[in-house]
Amino acid sequence: MTTLTTPARRRGREIGILVAWRLGVAVPVVAVVATGVFLLAAWSPFDPIYQYFGAGVFSASDATIANAREQLGLDDSVWSQLGRWSGGVFSGELGQSLSFRQPVSTVIAQRLPWTLLLVTLGLVVAVVLSLVAGVIAAWRQGGWVDRLVTAVGHTLEGLPPFVLALGAIAVFAVAWPVLPVAGLTDAGAAPTVDQVTRHLVLPAVVLGVSQTPWLVLHVRSSLLGALDEDHVTGARSRGLPERVVVLRHALPTALLPFVTVLGNRLPELVTGAVLVETVFSWPGIAAAVVTAALSVDFPLLAALTLLTTAAVLAGALLADVAVLLLDPRVSADG
Amino acid sequence: MIAARFVPVVLAAALALLVGACAAPTSGPAADPTSMVLADGYEPDDLNPLMGYGEEGASKIYDGLTALDAQRQPQPALAAGAPVAAPDGLSWTVPLRQGVTFHDGTAFDAADVVATYRAVLDPAKAATVASGLSMVRDVVAVDPGTVRFDLVRPFLLFPGRLTLPIVPSEAVAAPGPASDMPLGTKPVGTGPYRLVEWRQGSSMVLEANPTHHGGTPAVRRITIVFATDDNTRAQRVAAGEFDGTVLPPALARGIAGQAQGMVLREHSSADYRTITMPFANPVTADPAIRQALNRAVNRQGMIDALLAGQGTPASTPIPPVLPEEVEPAAQFPFDPAAANAVLDAAGWVRGADGVRVRGAQPARFTLMYNPADTVRRDLAQAFASDARAIGVDVRLEGLGWDAIEPRMGTDAVVLGGGNPFDTAFKSWQLLASANAADGFNNPGSYRNAAVDQALGAALAAPDRATRAAELRRFQLAYAADPGMVFLTFLGHSYLTRDRFDGYRPVVEPHTHGTTWGPWWNVERWTPRT
Repeated sequence: MTTLTTPARRRGREIGILVAWRLGVAVPVVAVVATGVFLLAAWSPFDPIYQYFGAGVFSASDATIANAREQLGLDDSVWSQLGRWSGGVFSGELGQSLSFRQPVSTVIAQRLPWTLLLVTLGLVVAVVLSLVAGVIAAWRQGGWVDRLVTAVGHTLEGLPPFVLALGAIAVFAVAWPVLPVAGLTDAGAAPTVDQVTRHLVLPAVVLGVSQTPWLVLHVRSSLLGALDEDHVTGARSRGLPERVVVLRHALPTALLPFVTVLGNRLPELVTGAVLVETVFSWPGIAAAVVTAALSVDFPLLAALTLLTTAAVLAGALLADVAVLLLDPRVSADG
Repeated sequence: MIAARFVPVVLAAALALLVGACAAPTSGPAADPTSMVLADGYEPDDLNPLMGYGEEGASKIYDGLTALDAQRQPQPALAAGAPVAAPDGLSWTVPLRQGVTFHDGTAFDAADVVATYRAVLDPAKAATVASGLSMVRDVVAVDPGTVRFDLVRPFLLFPGRLTLPIVPSEAVAAPGPASDMPLGTKPVGTGPYRLVEWRQGSSMVLEANPTHHGGTPAVRRITIVFATDDNTRAQRVAAGEFDGTVLPPALARGIAGQAQGMVLREHSSADYRTITMPFANPVTADPAIRQALNRAVNRQGMIDALLAGQGTPASTPIPPVLPEEVEPAAQFPFDPAAANAVLDAAGWVRGADGVRVRGAQPARFTLMYNPADTVRRDLAQAFASDARAIGVDVRLEGLGWDAIEPRMGTDAVVLGGGNPFDTAFKSWQLLASANAADGFNNPGSYRNAAVDQALGAALAAPDRATRAAELRRFQLAYAADPGMVFLTFLGHSYLTRDRFDGYRPVVEPHTHGTTWGPWWNVERWTPRT
């Protein structure tokens, strides 16, 4: 018993230190990102007063516009706006979104679930596709599947997700109309499981496929490396069937770095979600980033950036913790 | 290992998803004859009347004290009868309808009217519609069933200003700017429809208000789908997905033939497009240049080529669809020869490159337009081409409004606006020297004492006949020294499914969304059986 618990306990302490260290780093990172967003938004050529007035700006007098600027605090310096916003954040108040005319917390609560659904499914598609294609390609290195996967992988690597999305719409919604073009549901339909499922297929598959190239090429190369290792050669020499050798002996070693790559691909996944949601009119939080940025919606933009930053940091941390748990050889970098 | 075992589960899930996705697609408007699905190219930013929603009535969700009828005359809505002016014209008394309730069940009375209008006047609320009610000094509740508006100056058409939607007093009680009010996304009104659901960026569902003072609308459910791309929307209408939509004129005509069971509705409007002539620019400030350009532009040609014939030539902000107000002698004909003669007489000589020069000053200026609006872009190009023909070089620049606004004093811009309800007020905002360079009002700082005098007299006129006479005088004074180049009043084109009765044609304001359009009186429509 003691021989088992002691290393496990040490592992637990290592993970604890890693988590604490990363969280400590996360705080200044998040603060720097928030400040950066405010400065960038203040520097942008867009004026939030146009968002506030909409078409009403054309008949509003200077006095009305100036008064609105004052009431909204738009003329205050970027530092005092930043101070006001961060003061609100510390008291749990994310502020009011100017572009959605709702509290930021409401906007996030309404939209985040749809994004999580899309991103989770996209990630599942990406993982499944890359594992299956990557394993087959490495297993039969140089075969036609390998050549196809490598060629398609490299092509997709250079293809931005929105091109893929528009292509998918052209093929599966227009030329061969089996799936709806865009939206969460059909015009005016209630968001039932059937409706949402049908509308989710194209965006999720596009998002998944757009993330696949890096993953599939990575699986392939690390599995090729693993197939050359001693313990695989040993398994082969013991006469184990090829299926068992590849899937039970080589693949687990190859999967470890894959977990890290997956965690580090999260920023790309978020970027992909922004483009995919915009093209498919998916009512998620990523599409709201675009709206918020174009209308210089400080509170929403900042909250969304923080959310993304936190998601990326958490993704990297989770991946590292997973590797620590899975591979006893790896030591925490602290 | 974990991942390897996970694979079959994930595959099964993905397969289940794909199978589910292959279920028969449902399309077309709901079979229920009392429901309607409309597509709109424009989604409101919010539904708060203080922020401009339903300012001119026809908002569906709200009622104003008055509502405009098909002849553009204000009729009592939440008012129990016509507003009555005091003899000096400085106050208006409005009796209120009794027994009206808001969608949330609370009763409507004078306190709500007072609260709504005071919120508009309150600087702390930063209401965007405040400029349109600048003549109101205060509003007071005489008793629970009567309110009185006190004005800073007499305003003949004040009942037409009372279309502002009335909201419950509790809704505007909280401090802070109007954009923070929950009304923006959770509107509470007394109108014929109440908001069931608004999925921002996607759709909005309205349901008939069974307690509406005008009776329960027969069209029980209206779904408005937001589809911003004109071509996509046209295709979806042609496919039978919607019961109606708004389209650019040329596109609407093209689709009308293909779309089964749809009728084309073309509405006149007071929605002008004009080229400003800033007085701080030495070229556009020159009276000869302004006179010449007004005769050099082929307005009917632009309408035929760019708007599929859907539009009316504009020489002043008063549209010809209002025959009682328009002055026939104040219209500019298309006459390039006369335009050239005006420039020759003013000393603008053609240079080697065809551009006229006077002294060291070439006849050259910049015209800005917002490229997001294709009609404005096309009009800007057509204007530049017509100007070039008489030796005036117009440089085009497509810019966002943020970039346009600071330069409007010296560079020309394609501007749009106008409503048919109070042309005098709109003209005053656009051309009176009192509003020079005040936001987007009179951006070129046009100054003309005769115009100022006539518009002031029209606004203060004691009766309609005097007002119309003063408006005509304004148009003649303007045409003698035009401060802009008005090009056209746009026609608005719609497709509606031919299965309802109750449609009434109407002259429209410059507006966005499905508040106006054929559906302006949808609460009185009935499904055909």
